[in-house]
Amino acid sequence: MSQQIIYLLPVLIPIFLSILIKITWEIQNLRYPILLSGPILALWSVYKIQQNSDFMSSSINIFDIFPNIGISLGLEPISFVFIIMVNSLWLVATLYSYGYMRTNNEKRLGNFFSFFAIAIGCANGAALSSNLLTLFIFYELLTVSTYPLVTHKGDEQSKQSGRKYLLILLGTSLCFFLPAMGYVYYVSGNLDFVSGGLLTTTLSGMEVNNIAISILLVLFIFGISKAAVMPFHSWLPAAMVAPTPVSALLHAVAVVKVGVFSIIKVLVYIFGLDILLGLFSVDFMIYICGFTIITTSVIALKQDNLKKLLAYSTISQLSYVVIAILILTPSAIIAASMHLVAHAVSKITLFFAAGAIYSSTGYTKISEMDGIGKNLKVVSIAFTLGAMSLVGIPLLVGFTSKWYIVQSSVEVGQWFILLIITISTLLNIGYFTPIIYKFFFKNELKEVSFKTLPQDINLSIIICCALMVILFLQPNLVMEVISNVK
Amino acid sequence: MNEHAPALVVMLPIIGAVLIMLIRHNNLNWGIALLSGISTIYYSIILYLNARSVGTISYAMGGWEPPVGIEYRIDEFNSLLIALIATVSFLILVYAKSSLNIELKKNKISTFYSMYLLCLGGLIGILSTGDAFNAFVFLEISSLATYVIISMGNDRRGLLAAYQYLIIGTIGATLYVIGVGLIFIITGSLNLYDISVKLGDIELYRPLLASLAFITVGIALKIALFPLHAWLPNAYAFAPSVGTAFLASTATKVAIYLLIKYLYLVYGFDLVYSNQIFIFVVLSLSIIAMFGASMIAIFQSNLKKLFAYSSVAQIGYITLGIGIANYNGLIGSTVHIINHSIIKAAIFLAIGCLVFSSKIVNIDQLAGLGKRMPMVAVCITVSSLSLIGVPGTVGFISKWYLVLGSLEQGLWVVVFALAVSSILALIYVGRIIELIWFHAPVGGMVSQNKIPFEMIAVTVVMTIATIYFGIDTRLTGDLAKIAVENVLLGEQL
Repeated sequence: MSQQIIYLLPVLIPIFLSILIKITWEIQNLRYPILLSGPILALWSVYKIQQNSDFMSSSINIFDIFPNIGISLGLEPISFVFIIMVNSLWLVATLYSYGYMRTNNEKRLGNFFSFFAIAIGCANGAALSSNLLTLFIFYELLTVSTYPLVTHKGDEQSKQSGRKYLLILLGTSLCFFLPAMGYVYYVSGNLDFVSGGLLTTTLSGMEVNNIAISILLVLFIFGISKAAVMPFHSWLPAAMVAPTPVSALLHAVAVVKVGVFSIIKVLVYIFGLDILLGLFSVDFMIYICGFTIITTSVIALKQDNLKKLLAYSTISQLSYVVIAILILTPSAIIAASMHLVAHAVSKITLFFAAGAIYSSTGYTKISEMDGIGKNLKVVSIAFTLGAMSLVGIPLLVGFTSKWYIVQSSVEVGQWFILLIITISTLLNIGYFTPIIYKFFFKNELKEVSFKTLPQDINLSIIICCALMVILFLQPNLVMEVISNVK
Repeated sequence: MNEHAPALVVMLPIIGAVLIMLIRHNNLNWGIALLSGISTIYYSIILYLNARSVGTISYAMGGWEPPVGIEYRIDEFNSLLIALIATVSFLILVYAKSSLNIELKKNKISTFYSMYLLCLGGLIGILSTGDAFNAFVFLEISSLATYVIISMGNDRRGLLAAYQYLIIGTIGATLYVIGVGLIFIITGSLNLYDISVKLGDIELYRPLLASLAFITVGIALKIALFPLHAWLPNAYAFAPSVGTAFLASTATKVAIYLLIKYLYLVYGFDLVYSNQIFIFVVLSLSIIAMFGASMIAIFQSNLKKLFAYSSVAQIGYITLGIGIANYNGLIGSTVHIINHSIIKAAIFLAIGCLVFSSKIVNIDQLAGLGKRMPMVAVCITVSSLSLIGVPGTVGFISKWYLVLGSLEQGLWVVVFALAVSSILALIYVGRIIELIWFHAPVGGMVSQNKIPFEMIAVTVVMTIATIYFGIDTRLTGDLAKIAVENVLLGEQL
């Protein structure tokens, strides 16, 4: 029993926190301690789980929903990396959002933070899930719980975006994910994540229906539309109406990363890499992802709204992860997970910088941002570092992950992926360089009074930059854990 | 007394109904209704426990031995359904007093309680009887009571709705009786169990199929299976809120049980499903119901009508499982009978609260509800999400079994239809959620009655049930399993 509670803690702590926030919000002095206690306690509980389980191979059944399948939680390498990432970035994001929401006089702060916490709880649940049903349940709950965040402003535009958000995310998961899950259960009589792949193990020795497996793969990748593979990507730019901390949470930490994380889990533990080798739909999905990467990068070139640009860049980076996992080798799993972390850290830096610029000057358009580098030094440098990391310049974590993706694609002779990565790197440079040039080398268009940023905003941005460098110097923090995947 | 429980569960509400008509004191009658409600629950639980320990109970009504006399056959499936329906009706009764005071004229309230109990007695009768003609009698008792309930609301359009249902309901009952007559000619018996035994020796021939068709269509009118659903939206929209909640959560469900009983226990799986056309018709009508009714629901402006059309669509899910006709499909059907009755009770009770506090009828008036009545707003939101089938709610459980069932039959079209109809549900539910949480309240809505505690409490209990049974499926899942394994597919497995 106590074992079960320990496994549930990462889910329960944020949920209790959200209730606590609701109750105690009026007491000003308690706000910061309570907000910060959440991520710290969550990280502590993950540590406890890790202590309790013989790293990674145990999972625990909480209760059954259907005969023999129910909510079941466990910790394995990929989820360990993911959950640590989510909760550490939650800590940083809490620092940042409290400063941001205060500076911009956003309303209903208490509501905001309590939904924020619930969303993290769902992401933690998805991270720890040790069967497909649990993953699906938390995946859906995450959609529902982030809907109030996306529509936080409550105006007409955010309502429209919220509509798109719910319709695409819930729609695809009910249309594709659920039937795909049903089919897996029908074929294998089980939904557990099994090392080596559930379908590979149960179907070994039997005649495998390649067409069915191919269709299943497509259903899963389109069904998990949080990964924003085209054509189900349009919810992501639409969700940009939300306040910046939400965008940072959605587009760097919780929502989109749960998407790619789920795809990695499904491919590794449900399909198993062996069963997928040589399927035509793998190639098909690689082409789709390649198309997504190039197209969204081109769209990003034309964006003037900084957050929109970052959103399109996110879509293309997510497809990087999907394309990496589709290489289907053990080193590809490492590369994909590495890129998942690398993009999270880099993109959250970029969003923090964009939000900081908005807080200080009120600018949202790139064309207005000439010369702000002189006044907002820390922010502009952080933005530059984040951009460089995404482009893949050494000394930053983005280089490491890109290097591994390139390496594993060359190992199996996937020249198409190599080509895509080269072109998109050029495009990345193409859309980031003008912004950085404007920041530092252009003169200001008009005189604006710069609001000084609160210290917590600066601090959180600096922490993110430090993380990018640390992960470059010590990639083994991630890779050694992931290499335990059997 | 306990050995007479099969008779008591039917008689107690009917006796209550008669007493209420004689006393005609509103508050006292509420007490009587509650009393007969709770004693019905007590005896239904005794029935269930008995059925569980000794298996099927056969009770000879009035001491006349079957197959000549009327037999009540209680198995684990229908006894638990009786218990559930008795419980839901009791909870709605608790809620009823304050709501009726606002919605009905003072002199009608006693009649309402009486009709409510009469209808309940009729429904329990349909569930427990093992006699084809007795089932018809109870069908008529419950229907007649229903006509009165629908016509009682303050809205005069309720009269028209009741009349419409009266005509359609009578046609349905007539078709049913013709079907029963044909069976009687073929087998010489009215006892359902006896009929099923005798039908086993009979070669398949036309009158038998004709009787199947008459009975199916007759009951389908009561179920409101598309396209025979025309009476339902108006009836639900203009009945008093308590009446709507009661009818939506019990009446159609009982009719579905009767249909399932005929298909599986009387005619038998082999006879019904050797007929490919039958499966095709049931499947396609269910799918059309899921699509068509959801589409219509999207364009409704009357709140109760919207959820009435959603009921038609959800009934499509239940009959879909009957059409899929394998183990998981049937489990999906039986689970959804219970789940949908919980969801719709929660929704219509919440709407009743809205009518009580500020006479909300149209969807537009929901604007800003999240601020004015957060509790009710949360209840509507949660139970509506359950209609879509969001995991963690009861709707997901039913959908999962239906998806599994159709995959096993290789019915990919059905899987796809299930998915698309969820999206349609998402659209009409999304509209409501947006209005509730994102629109500023419209002016002139300030004056409102404070909702009494018991109304909120019952609504919240039903809403919590939609989540609870979505997580802990031991009760509902087991019922469905028992129903399918022991009762419906007993011979197949």
